[in-house]
Amino acid sequence: MIIIGLYSLASGLTAYINPMEESFVDVSMNVNGQSQSHDVEPRTLLVHHIRENVGLTGTNIGCDTSSCGACTVHLDGQSVKSCTVLAVQASDTNITTIEGLAAAAQADGSATGDQNWHPMQEAFQQCHALQCGYCTPGMVMAATSFLKENPNPTEDEVREGLEGNLCRCTGYHNIVKAVLSAAGGA
Amino acid sequence: MIPAAFDYKVAESAEQAISLLGEYGDEAKLLAGGHSLIPMMKFRLAAPAVLIDVARISDLSYIREADGHLAIGAMTKHFEVETSDIVAQHAPMLGHVAALVGDPSVRHCGTLGGTLAHSDPASDLPAAVLALGGTIVAHGPGGAREIAANEFFTGYFESVLADDEIITEVRIPTGTGGWNYQKFNRRAQDWAIVGVGVADGGKGISLVNMGSTPVRATAAEEALASGASAADAAALAAQGTTPPEDNNADAAYRTHLVTVLTRRALEAAGVA
Repeated sequence: MIIIGLYSLASGLTAYINPMEESFVDVSMNVNGQSQSHDVEPRTLLVHHIRENVGLTGTNIGCDTSSCGACTVHLDGQSVKSCTVLAVQASDTNITTIEGLAAAAQADGSATGDQNWHPMQEAFQQCHALQCGYCTPGMVMAATSFLKENPNPTEDEVREGLEGNLCRCTGYHNIVKAVLSAAGGA
Repeated sequence: MIPAAFDYKVAESAEQAISLLGEYGDEAKLLAGGHSLIPMMKFRLAAPAVLIDVARISDLSYIREADGHLAIGAMTKHFEVETSDIVAQHAPMLGHVAALVGDPSVRHCGTLGGTLAHSDPASDLPAAVLALGGTIVAHGPGGAREIAANEFFTGYFESVLADDEIITEVRIPTGTGGWNYQKFNRRAQDWAIVGVGVADGGKGISLVNMGSTPVRATAAEEALASGASAADAAALAAQGTTPPEDNNADAAYRTHLVTVLTRRALEAAGVA
């Protein structure tokens, strides 16, 4: 009885301290070709939504301050840092994460290699463009968005285009090689 | 890091945004691209009770040229400014500077109106608009008003915008005068330690991170107008500024750096 009393006092206090607690909104978006609808708090970040509600954990959280790019996904076809976008801002948009990239390439006929992956994924494998792999999903998503905007970049342009994505293994040479290879071969 | 809880409203038009601002007063903040506001909310430097999402107002996303100026809707993204042929033709400096903001993913989100409203003295685009002699159009409950960029910024992250006003358009005089923008930083993505924008052959010179607002280098502009050389004018660039001190640079360093960058910018802009 005392425990129940304490519990309801605690919930009452929480509601008092945080009057917004119950304010959930319905957020619908298309993720990798599938419609996803969830009730979320407005303050939920897109990266948490993707990982925890949609259940796709390929998108990593790195710096959490829009510096490192580990959380990069495509929002309506353009790269964004999902740690700095609210899930509600992505309502009614199309999101592509690393998990959806190969299927998207297969759908548009650009998939390649033994694994039938997106050409950028194939190029990352062929050029050994990863060491620990933590930045890789974000790198691949940023690189594919970049090549859409600049299909025949110079090496300098690739480096500039990926300035928002950090590789703490410092494996940039092979990453740049992979992007140039995907640009030439895609 | 997750921001403190807030209520989320969507404005479908500028009028609706103004009406929501009227309803929630200074408890509310407008949310555009969010790439300055959301980081501040994550760090609890800002904790608005209500966010009014204005990024979905498609009427406020456009770039057009008319009557000797470029008109850019406030919700136009940096990426669109950077890649616009109209901007490249009529105000190339603005497109060039837009391409220096953050990184491509940031530029897919950030908006011209948002960065002006945020009024960060270390940001590139407010200084570019200042050098170019731009005008900011704001709408409030009483209608529209035009604010010269010269009179817009009032302090760190502060402007003359009222709590119930929204920036709707930015106007830039078209021109082909010599221009240049020098952004000095040590790492990719960083804000400028100091930046210098030169527009219209030196008629407009603006400085980034040399005070609590983006500022005009008035003494240098006046010297040039009276026939001084680029080097002599640049030596006056720090006059009247109050450079900040941080872990990148102290005030003396910035005071020197700004003269070097101003000379480089003037020379690159073709000012002898």
